[in-house]
Amino acid sequence: MTAAPDAPGQPPPAQGTPALAVTSLTKSFPGALALDEVDFEARAGEVHALIGENGAGKSTLIKVLTGVYQADAGRVRFLGDEVRFGTPLEAQDAGISTIYQEVNLVPLMSVARNLFLGREPRNRFGLIDFRAMHLAADEALRDLGVRVDVTRPLRTLGVGAQQMVALARAVSVDARVVIMDEPTSSLEPREVATLFGVIRMLRDRGIAVIYVSHRLEELYEICDSVTVLRDGRVVHTGRIADLDRLRLVSLMLGREMGQVREEGLTKFSGDHAAAGEPVLQAEELTLSHMLHAVSVEVRPGEVVGLGGLLGSGRSETAKAIAGALPPESGRVLVAGSEVRTGSTPAAIRAGISLLPEDRKAEGIVPGLSVRENIALAALPGLSRFGLVDESRIDRIVDTFMERLRIKASSPHQKVGELSGGNQQKVLLARWLAMQPKVLLLDEPTRGIDVGAKAEVQKLIDELAEDGLGVLLISSDMEELVEGSDRVVVLKDGAVTAELTGDQVTEDLLMQAIAAPLPADAGDGAGTPPGPRKEAGDD
Amino acid sequence: MTELTLRRSELDRARVLRLLQDYGVYAGVAVLILVNVVLTPNFVSGENFRTQAVQVAPVMIVALGMALAIGSQGIDLSVGSVMALSTSLLSLYLGYGPWIAVLVAVIGGMVIGLANGSLIAFIGVQPIVATLALMVAGRGLALVLLPQLKDVRDPGMATLGSGSVLGIPYLVLIAVALAIAVAFVVRRTTFGRQLLAIGDSRPAAQLAGLPVRRVLIIVYVVSGALAAVAGVIATARLTASDPTSLGTLMELSAITAVVVGGTPLSGGRVRIGGTVAGAVLIQLLTATLIKHDLPPSWTQIAQAVVIVAAVYAARERGKR
Repeated sequence: MTAAPDAPGQPPPAQGTPALAVTSLTKSFPGALALDEVDFEARAGEVHALIGENGAGKSTLIKVLTGVYQADAGRVRFLGDEVRFGTPLEAQDAGISTIYQEVNLVPLMSVARNLFLGREPRNRFGLIDFRAMHLAADEALRDLGVRVDVTRPLRTLGVGAQQMVALARAVSVDARVVIMDEPTSSLEPREVATLFGVIRMLRDRGIAVIYVSHRLEELYEICDSVTVLRDGRVVHTGRIADLDRLRLVSLMLGREMGQVREEGLTKFSGDHAAAGEPVLQAEELTLSHMLHAVSVEVRPGEVVGLGGLLGSGRSETAKAIAGALPPESGRVLVAGSEVRTGSTPAAIRAGISLLPEDRKAEGIVPGLSVRENIALAALPGLSRFGLVDESRIDRIVDTFMERLRIKASSPHQKVGELSGGNQQKVLLARWLAMQPKVLLLDEPTRGIDVGAKAEVQKLIDELAEDGLGVLLISSDMEELVEGSDRVVVLKDGAVTAELTGDQVTEDLLMQAIAAPLPADAGDGAGTPPGPRKEAGDD
Repeated sequence: MTELTLRRSELDRARVLRLLQDYGVYAGVAVLILVNVVLTPNFVSGENFRTQAVQVAPVMIVALGMALAIGSQGIDLSVGSVMALSTSLLSLYLGYGPWIAVLVAVIGGMVIGLANGSLIAFIGVQPIVATLALMVAGRGLALVLLPQLKDVRDPGMATLGSGSVLGIPYLVLIAVALAIAVAFVVRRTTFGRQLLAIGDSRPAAQLAGLPVRRVLIIVYVVSGALAAVAGVIATARLTASDPTSLGTLMELSAITAVVVGGTPLSGGRVRIGGTVAGAVLIQLLTATLIKHDLPPSWTQIAQAVVIVAAVYAARERGKR
C-alpha cells in the first residue's frame, strides 16, 4: 500500500530544519584517512552542493550516509533522531534516496515496474496489479513534468528520461533526503533544465537535496548552500551566494590566491626551449557529452599542461588523442601527418604514448613481471618471426631499470607487488622503449610517495629536454604550473583559455578555471584569460 | 610477538597453497601411480601404460586449446561439438584419401574457432555465451552432415589408431608433440606473451596497443583446430564416426584438466605441463577406481573433490 507517491509516512519537516546532519564523522581505510571529523548538515528545503576534487572524501561521505560504509566514529542524525544505517536498504527505507551517475535501474523492465520495483501494488490474489501500477507510475512521472509511456521498457528511453524515472522512484519512496551524484554528466542541456525544474520542485516540497557536481555553473544555478571537502576535511560550508567562483575553486584545490612562489617544491626545472613545428596537433576533437572541438598543440621539447577541474574533459582529451576513445570528429596529427583516430595501435605506431590515469586498471599488467611489462608494447619489435628475442629484451629492461631507477627485487618480480611510484616508472619505461614522439601523462604522480613523485617529475623534465613533446594532466596545481611551459584550460569539455609564458601562474590558472563559460562556448579557444572580473566578485 | 607469529603462519600457509597450486598436480599423479603400483595387479606393464596414454590423448589435446582460452580470460565450450564435427567431416571426405579428410576436419574445427573468436573479439559476446552457441550449432551441423554412426574402414586411419613406433602409439606421440608445440608458443613467442597480458588485464593490453582482437581470434582458432585433431584421433581409435556421442562432456574434462593443472580461471597464466599432468591425473583416478570395481558414480565424486581442491588453491592464490 505504498503506491501513491505523495503518501506521507510522516509530515514533511518544516523548511530549514536539519534533515540529515553528521557530526565528527571519521572513516579510515587501510593506509588512508578518508573522512576526518566531518561535520555536515543538509536542511529540509534546500539544495546543498557537496564538492571536492578526487580523493576529497565526497564518495566516502555519501557512502556512509547511505549505509554502504560504516563510520569509524561520529554521529548521524536523520530528522532529529540518531541513526546508523547498516545497509543501503535501511537508509532507503528510512527515506534517503540516492541517484547515482549511472542509472541503477533494470533496463529491460517497463518504466512502471522500475518505479515500483520491490513494492508493487498487489491485487487481492497477491499478484501485481498492473493497472494500478501503471496509473500510479504515470501520475508520479507527470508530477515531475515527464510524459512517457510507462509500459515501455526503460532502456528505450533517453538517458535523461531514465534519470527522471530514477528521480521519480526516489521521490515516490517517500524520500526526505535525495542525494544526486553528478546527475547531469550524461544529460543534454534541455534535459538538464528539466532536471533542475524537478530539483526545485523537490526543494519546495521540503526535501533536502544533496547535489554533487563539478560543473560550477550548475552549482551556482541550482544550489543554495555548499560544503567543500578536501583531503577528508570540511574546508568550507555556507551559503553558495556568499562564495565567489574563484574562492570556491581555490578552496577545492587548496591553493590560496596571491601565494607567491619563486621556487616551488617540485622538481621541475622550468622552461624548455620548445622549438620548431608542432609534433602533436589535435584539432577540434569532439566526443558526445565529453569534448566539444578541443584543439591542442605540442611542440618538441615542450610540456603543455591540461588544466581544469575533474570532469572537464582532460582525460578524455588524452584518451581521444591516444586512440583509446574514438572521437566523432576532429583530427590528430603527429609531426604533420594525420593519424587514424580511434585506434590505439595506430596512435602508438605514430609515436603517441599514453600513461593512463588509472594506473592499476589500465596501465600495469599486475600478474606479469617487471620485465614483461616493460617489453609489452615493444614486443613485436623485439621479436624475429614471432619468436621473442630474450637477450634484446634483457638489454632494454636493464637499461631502463637503471635509467629510471626502478626499484624491484629483480626484473622477474611481479609488477603488482611494486610501489605506486615504481609501477609508474615501469609504465614510463614501457613507453620509452617504443621511442615515442609524444608522451601523454595523465596524473603521473597521483598516489605515489613524495620521493618517487620528485623523481617522476624530474624524469618528465629530462624527457622534454631530450626533445619529446609532453602533454601533462595534473590535479596538482603546483605540478601543473611548474611543470608546464604552457597550460591549456578545459571546462565542460571545451578549451576556455590558454596560459603562456609569464601567465603560467597558479593565480591566473585558478582564475581561468573559475571563469564563467563564455556565451559562445565554441569560440573560447585562444581567449586570453586575463584576470577576468566577474559580476559578484569583490 | 603473537602478531608476528600469526603473520609467519599466514605466510607459511600462503606458501603451502602456492606450492600446492604449482606442483600439487604432479604430486597427485605421483601418489596415484604409487598407490596403483602397490595395490593394482598388472599396473606396471607396457600394455597398461599404453592403454592409459591412448585413452588420455584426446582429452589432453583438447585441454591444450582450453588452456589457451582460459589463459586469455575466456573459455571454449564448443570443443566437444568440434570433435563431433571433425569426425563427421572425416568420414565424409575419407573417399578423397585420409590426408585430405584430416585436413578438411581440421579446417572445419578452425572455422568454428573463427566464429567463436569473431563473436568474442568483434561483437564482444562473452566467451561462455559465444562458445555455448557454437557448441549447440557445431553438434547440430555434425549431425546434419552425418546423421548416424558410420564405421571407418580406412587403412590409413587404422594405422593412425593402432600403430606405434618403438612401442609408443602414434596417438600418444601426436599428443606429446602438440603439447610441446603449445608450450613453446606460450613461452617463447610474441603471441604467447600478448595472450598472457590480455588475459591478465585486457584494458591495459588494449592501451598498450596490443592486437587484442587478433590474439583472441587466434586463440579460439587454435582451440578449434586442436579439438578437431582430437576428434580425428578419437575416430581412428574407435574405428567409427559417431557424431551423436563423440566429445560429449569433453569441454568439462578439458576444463578440469586445465584447472587441476594450476591454470587460474581468472586468466593471465597458462601452465601446459600442469595441464598435461591434470589430464593424466583425471585419467589415472578414473582408471584406478574402475580397476577396483568401484561404481562410476564414485569416479565422478572423486573428480569433483579434485576440482574443488584445485579451485580452492587457485582462489587463495588470487586473493593475494
